[in-house]
Amino acid sequence: MTLDIEMAEIAKVFFQESREGLDAMESGLLSLGATADAESINTIFRAAHSIKGGAATFGFAEVAAFTHGVETLLDEMRNGIRPVTAEAIQTLLQACDCMRDMIAATEAEQPLDQTRIGLLNADIRQILGDPPEAVQAPAPVAPAAPAAPAAGWRIVFDPVPDLLRLRNEPTRMFHELALLGSLAACADVSRLPPLEALDPEVCYLKWDINLLGQIPRKKIEEIFDWVDPGCRLEIVALGEPVPATPAAAASPVLTIPTQSPAAAPAPAADTLRGAARADAVPKPAEAGSIRVATQKLDSIINLVGELLITQSMLSGFAEGTGPGEPDLLRKGLQQLARNTRELQESVMRIRMLPISFAFNRFPRLVHDLSRKLGKKVEIKLVGENTELDKTVLEKISDPLVHLVRNSLDHGLESPEQRVAAGKSDTGTLELAAFHEGGNIIIEVRDDGAGLNKPRILRKARERGLIAEDQDLTDEQIDNLIFMPGFSTAEQVSDVSGRGVGMDVVRRNIHDLGGAVQIMSREGQGSTVRIRLPLTLAILDGQLVRVGREIYIISLLAIVETIQVAADRVNTLAGRTEVFRLRNEFLPVVKLYEHFGIEPDSTSVAEGLLVVVEADGKRVGVLVDDLLSQQQVVIKSLESNFKPVLGIAGATILGDGKVALIIDVPDLIRSVASGRRTNSVRAA
Amino acid sequence: MAKSILAVDDSASMRQMVLLTLQGAGYTVLQACDGVEALELARAGGVDLVLTDVHMPRMDGITLVRELRNLPLYKYVPMLILTTESSQERKMEGKRAGATGWIVKPFNPPQLLATVARVI
Repeated sequence: MTLDIEMAEIAKVFFQESREGLDAMESGLLSLGATADAESINTIFRAAHSIKGGAATFGFAEVAAFTHGVETLLDEMRNGIRPVTAEAIQTLLQACDCMRDMIAATEAEQPLDQTRIGLLNADIRQILGDPPEAVQAPAPVAPAAPAAPAAGWRIVFDPVPDLLRLRNEPTRMFHELALLGSLAACADVSRLPPLEALDPEVCYLKWDINLLGQIPRKKIEEIFDWVDPGCRLEIVALGEPVPATPAAAASPVLTIPTQSPAAAPAPAADTLRGAARADAVPKPAEAGSIRVATQKLDSIINLVGELLITQSMLSGFAEGTGPGEPDLLRKGLQQLARNTRELQESVMRIRMLPISFAFNRFPRLVHDLSRKLGKKVEIKLVGENTELDKTVLEKISDPLVHLVRNSLDHGLESPEQRVAAGKSDTGTLELAAFHEGGNIIIEVRDDGAGLNKPRILRKARERGLIAEDQDLTDEQIDNLIFMPGFSTAEQVSDVSGRGVGMDVVRRNIHDLGGAVQIMSREGQGSTVRIRLPLTLAILDGQLVRVGREIYIISLLAIVETIQVAADRVNTLAGRTEVFRLRNEFLPVVKLYEHFGIEPDSTSVAEGLLVVVEADGKRVGVLVDDLLSQQQVVIKSLESNFKPVLGIAGATILGDGKVALIIDVPDLIRSVASGRRTNSVRAA
Repeated sequence: MAKSILAVDDSASMRQMVLLTLQGAGYTVLQACDGVEALELARAGGVDLVLTDVHMPRMDGITLVRELRNLPLYKYVPMLILTTESSQERKMEGKRAGATGWIVKPFNPPQLLATVARVI
């Protein structure tokens, strides 16, 4: 059945959509807090409502049944019948978790956790004030229909005057009735006005219908379903007298209140628990896929079109159509260059996702953690629409969690401590993302106690991370917390602080080609600043020449490039050369020594020093010449050749030659450790 | 010419299900994800039937029906609301806004087609 296959495909959309709906519910619930405005609750309600509707449509009855309770509670909240309490919000949050797991299990065709579902259901019922049995109660039904169908029915149909205006065609209904049995309809025209007074949009007629056959009453009611409210409709088994008074349904046309207080919707069927599902939903194949806005795709298709035009233009010239063409050829090539660049940018943009994908989990995390820690914390998200590469986004999530946990556990104080320090009892945690140059900056800021610099210094000395007599700036002291094996928490808690963490955070960020630093002020709070490249596939590079080799250094790592006079170069311990840059002595790294190649000159004074920085350390890299700056596409050496220390990857230059990209952090580490990189050269 | 149906739902899966079913039956389907978008689309005309969900952001289905009924172009166009509520009040609200009828969710493709066939 193709329809079944297609339905299964759509069910996948439903799963994805439900997850998004649950995220929306969760963030909505978290923002409810004390001030519960109707629109916020309405948004949460709508999300639950959609999930229920979809689940029922696609045959996931258990999800629909569970969501129904959640929806009912939200409905009562938005109608103001049920107060919005912290307990109710907590229960609803747990219900969100439960629904998320139910949906995941349904999608993976795994059994559901019935115990948990049952317990939560009971919680929700308790808030709703229903006895648990209510779940099993059948829907209230209309007055019982006669058990045995009659031989026929007499139907009196007296519609409202605007029946036709709403496009309820009596003829259509009569046709349907005629399909059920033998029909005889008699129109009462007594209300018809004279022709000049007749409004063609008004229905003046009423009907008396005889329908013969063994027909269930329900079938007839179904046909009149849409016109029933407001109309006079009597369906009487033939032989019974027609009641003289109009049916009850006729009266309340204009008196129905807009909202129906306490009208608990009928609970769903009772066969839901433990029911085996036969739906075959394929396993999700999410890894490696990405959802792209149509707009982005359109712009690429557009650019490819332009590229084709340029290409055909250029091949026209290649046919040799005559003299005087070089100018046009040059113009064509310029156009080609522009098209190519724009196309590249557009294609890169496909991989870009808003950082909200990473940020959205934090309100919940902060909510749960602050409860656990007994702290009051307000979370602010800034710049959630800032886009960055999907891979970077995925890899930055865990380090961010670490940083946020750390802020909550160590940074922000308890309400009492805050009040004692003259601050508001509620701490603020801010996650901000923005662009700066070709980078994206993510900041985790808190207004907590800040880092305790004396204690950090003491710890660092105790653990031998720094020398006893080493003098450090405030900034350097703060950044000691990123050293491996560092933890200042008085006692290890289960939230954070086992002495692993910050160094792992820093390593993860470095692996992404980024950098991290912390700034803090005692009593005022800390800011952790993460700088990341927008993408991992392209690098803004500086081409440098050493002898006949060309290497590439990331522009991000370059601080400046200088020429130093011989008198500013000193030799330490007869081996390591250092040079003075303003008030700092920096070691010189000779690439020719590192990579074992023949340079133009071995003298520092004759070459150029490219000052590069990583992990807060700087070195001067000696090269023969600076060439151009350009964007280079990074090719992995690891997948094409083998991993090489000191080299981050390779690229192919305009002339087809391979150039190696220098791994600056690794280069600097090798200086510190005295390690010599094996000689590598691009072939 | 194939009859044209405007399907309005904020849930992409529901829209796809409706789209698949109706297109399979030879209808032309226009889609909108909320009342505001639907109203915008509908102004262009050429819609023979409006199928709308009730709960949607920005503009709900009841308001959409009411707004459309006020447009001369939509005075006689049948409009059906998709609702999970079997409560009479919701249906009455829809009726008063000018809806022709309703389809109670969950429904399956044959039910949807049968209901659509009742009005166009």
